[in-house]
Amino acid sequence: MLTVKNWPPKGGVINVGGGVFAEAMKEQGAEVYEVKWQPPAHGKVELIDILDKLQGRDDIDEANQKAIERFSSAKPVLIDIGIAREVVPGFDDRMLLHAGPPITWDKMSGPLRGAVIGAILYEGWADSPEEAEEIASKGDIQYSPCHEHSAVGPMAGVVSPRMPVFILENTTHGNRSYCTLNEGLGKVLRYGAYSDEVLDRLRWMETVLAPIVKEAIELSGGIDLTSMIAQALHMGDEVHNRNRAGTSLLIRALVPYLIQVDYPQADIKRCLEFINSNDHFFLNLSMPAVKAMLEAAHGVPKSSIVTIMARNGTEFGIKVSGLGNQWFTGPAQIVKGLYFPGRSEEDGNPDIGDSAITETSGVGGFAMADAIPIVQFVGGTPEDAIRFSEKMYSITTTESKHFNIPILNFRGTPTGIDIRKVVETGILPQINTGIAHKDPGVGQVGAGLVNPPWECFEKAIVAFGKKYANGS
Amino acid sequence: MFKRLVIRPNSYYDSIALMRLTQTVRNIDKMVAAQVGMATELNKDAVREMGFVGEELKAATANDLIVALVAETEDALDKGEQVIKENLERPTRQEPGTKEPKAYATLSEAAAMDGAGIAAISVPGEYAARETRAALANGLHVFLFSDNVSLEDEVALKKLGQENGLFVMGPDCGTAVVGGLGLGFANKVRPGKIGIVAASGTGMQQVMTIIDMLGEGISEAIGTGGRDLSMEVGGITSKMGLAVLERDPNTAVKVLISKPPHPDVRESLIKMLDEGTKPAVVCFMGEDIKEADKRRSGKVLYAGDLEEAAILAYQSAGGDSKGRLYSDDELSEMVKAIVARGDSRGYFRGLYGGGTLCQETMTLLSRMGIDVYSNIAWDRRLLLEDPEESRGNACIDMGDDYFTQGKPHPMLEPGMRVPRYLAEAGRKDVGILLFDVILGYGCHSDPAGIMAEAVKEARRIRKDMGQGLVQIAVIVGTMRDPQGLEEQEAILRDAGAIVLSSNRAAGDLVAGLIKAQGGKKPCLR
Repeated sequence: MLTVKNWPPKGGVINVGGGVFAEAMKEQGAEVYEVKWQPPAHGKVELIDILDKLQGRDDIDEANQKAIERFSSAKPVLIDIGIAREVVPGFDDRMLLHAGPPITWDKMSGPLRGAVIGAILYEGWADSPEEAEEIASKGDIQYSPCHEHSAVGPMAGVVSPRMPVFILENTTHGNRSYCTLNEGLGKVLRYGAYSDEVLDRLRWMETVLAPIVKEAIELSGGIDLTSMIAQALHMGDEVHNRNRAGTSLLIRALVPYLIQVDYPQADIKRCLEFINSNDHFFLNLSMPAVKAMLEAAHGVPKSSIVTIMARNGTEFGIKVSGLGNQWFTGPAQIVKGLYFPGRSEEDGNPDIGDSAITETSGVGGFAMADAIPIVQFVGGTPEDAIRFSEKMYSITTTESKHFNIPILNFRGTPTGIDIRKVVETGILPQINTGIAHKDPGVGQVGAGLVNPPWECFEKAIVAFGKKYANGS
Repeated sequence: MFKRLVIRPNSYYDSIALMRLTQTVRNIDKMVAAQVGMATELNKDAVREMGFVGEELKAATANDLIVALVAETEDALDKGEQVIKENLERPTRQEPGTKEPKAYATLSEAAAMDGAGIAAISVPGEYAARETRAALANGLHVFLFSDNVSLEDEVALKKLGQENGLFVMGPDCGTAVVGGLGLGFANKVRPGKIGIVAASGTGMQQVMTIIDMLGEGISEAIGTGGRDLSMEVGGITSKMGLAVLERDPNTAVKVLISKPPHPDVRESLIKMLDEGTKPAVVCFMGEDIKEADKRRSGKVLYAGDLEEAAILAYQSAGGDSKGRLYSDDELSEMVKAIVARGDSRGYFRGLYGGGTLCQETMTLLSRMGIDVYSNIAWDRRLLLEDPEESRGNACIDMGDDYFTQGKPHPMLEPGMRVPRYLAEAGRKDVGILLFDVILGYGCHSDPAGIMAEAVKEARRIRKDMGQGLVQIAVIVGTMRDPQGLEEQEAILRDAGAIVLSSNRAAGDLVAGLIKAQGGKKPCLR
């Protein structure tokens, strides 16, 4: 009846709340585990009620383990390049894919509108930007999120029917993912630029770059991207905002085959120069690679793991494994970071692009401790980079089996964002990202850090509670 | 008048830090009012009372920080914002290479490290039950400092703890000493043979410090929270505590301190103590010792006040049969000397930080036939209508909710009493002022220094009025406390206060002084 266990208690003290008491205990020489407490669920009673019904649930934990298992066992391999209209599932003749959750023309921000105009011109559906804008706004173009076609696109993420796309296959589960080829920096379609220079480059990519690289990929017999990402992380990339190592590794993998393809030497040379001059070429492979892995983890009933985080420049949307195809959205945020000379936050467009798929998978901002060279983007120190990564373990389910962080004693990257943990702790996923100019056609103006809006997770936990709170 | 409202979204800070900061900002020159706090409904109301309105304020949540400032000049507003910025941002800035201690996002995350056996919880009351449940689910004992936990939750949590063999000390538990470690507001006492179970933090501190002064020490001190001996809770934690002390090889004497318990609970506790093998001392504050109790097994001794509880425990543990800390002769000499100076003419006013000490003084004086008004009086006739307005002889518990809404507790910030102290000093009909100074871990780093300034200022005020004033400080502490007992005593003596280390003795002194004036009774309503 009055038995008392472990008394006097051995070990240290967990302090939850007042820092004064933590200090007082430390002063006495005690081992103190400090909880940086804040009100759960932003102090919202109705959310706390839902959380209480979802926590400590073996069925949900098991579902999450299952989703993680599918994610970890996925093996994305670059197998081919194809034409979007022909290979991307569900593509239509007058359809444009875009980044982020669904959106209509009237709600699109500058860079996305610019990219849509550029894509219409590129497809030859209009002869002038004005005409393109008219077509774009009149509703005879179908806009659809990349993510609903197993595709991903950085920044505006616009994919038009004629564009060449990388084809990746998850050789474990058989699902495929798609992404365009990266155009480089400066004035590019994904930042909403649509000048002749942009369109000429796209045409060259379609007619020269894509066929040459396609043949090299075919000759190679497929390129394993899991191990390439793992290596890039050990070379200073987090494969979102830094892709210099990944691009180098890709070139190393391609060159033995590029020299064998049956194309003019000058074209091959230009292709190599193009890839070599663009540190971000690999981004358009890291993204679909982790997309293929996450898509395998989607659709596990009762799993509270986030499988998509994506932004369209107006809204941020997430999807959750156990909640089917429903998007949970909130306003896209302004990016805090380093602006190029002469640019400021006033020039920046709200957060845009599907590239947050990298963070969803546990790399990108989650692997910031791997990419110490770019921590200065946010005016931070190497310690900050480590802290960014460490913080993410509080909202994730497990540690990656494939991707790890040497400076954290080769700890696997934080993997499997659990909406329950995000709502409980109030800690939002940390995303590294580029910043687009708010006006179409200007391009990149900086890079920095951003979080999803809290609303996404609040809406998701409410929906999750509705569906699973009673154990059904 | 200049006003400024700043809301910082998603920036949580603990309330103690913010209350201290608010106090600092209020002290800025030309600052009229300041509130730095999380956007709880309570704090939002406080900010609205300062005259702020708007959608932004309405939409702010408990995770958003509100800074509301009203000042006579724009400069003061800037200064205030700057102080807040420096204060809040300081801990996150660090030199490269320095290692910040690891912080965990949740209790469960910290518990997963498998290094702790107990959780100390001091989050706002509305979240405290949830955190306690998480601690118990992780197999941890709980020291629950938070107050404003419902009785229903308290019962459920304590039952859950009991089923799992885990302590729930609290809610509203101020002090404990567990395995030699002081939790909450805790004095550094020597290890020894006396174990304490107490429903009152300052009561426990007073008993511990006197035991320490006598030369004995503490084995374990288990706090229970003020409602443990109610009918609803049934003394779950107290009984677990007494059982632990009964089995503990280091404990020779058990001490139980509480307000008068519910009769059924009282009976079962006394039975438990009677059936135990070790001597026990009980002090049910404010209860008259029953003749029937005195005739029981003889294992249980009954103390009428905290000092007596400490002395009886000390004697039961084999200490010599010392009398009181201050003898009757000593105290009457003091009374004579003061009366001869003519300093003590007028009413007595006590301003306490420790609620139990306040209660004890009222009980002592009432036993001597002196009625004392208070904001926490049980006797409705003696309850002050307005806690801000003293009358007759009065004892004010400045740690009561009325005074601590959005303000720091006087144990953390003894200076919050100073304006009231000086107001009392300025009244012609007041002749005796009393205050407590509580030392120990978690308390203010120099409470005597703060109060000494008030003592000096009060003397100046009285000099201008051409009247004397007796100022008495009760100091609760030990030589090993971080503030240092002797140093703190010296600071107060130098300022002109009479310093005593027992609240009981202070009560006796005050009673002597009042009686010397002819036992003037306040007229009752």
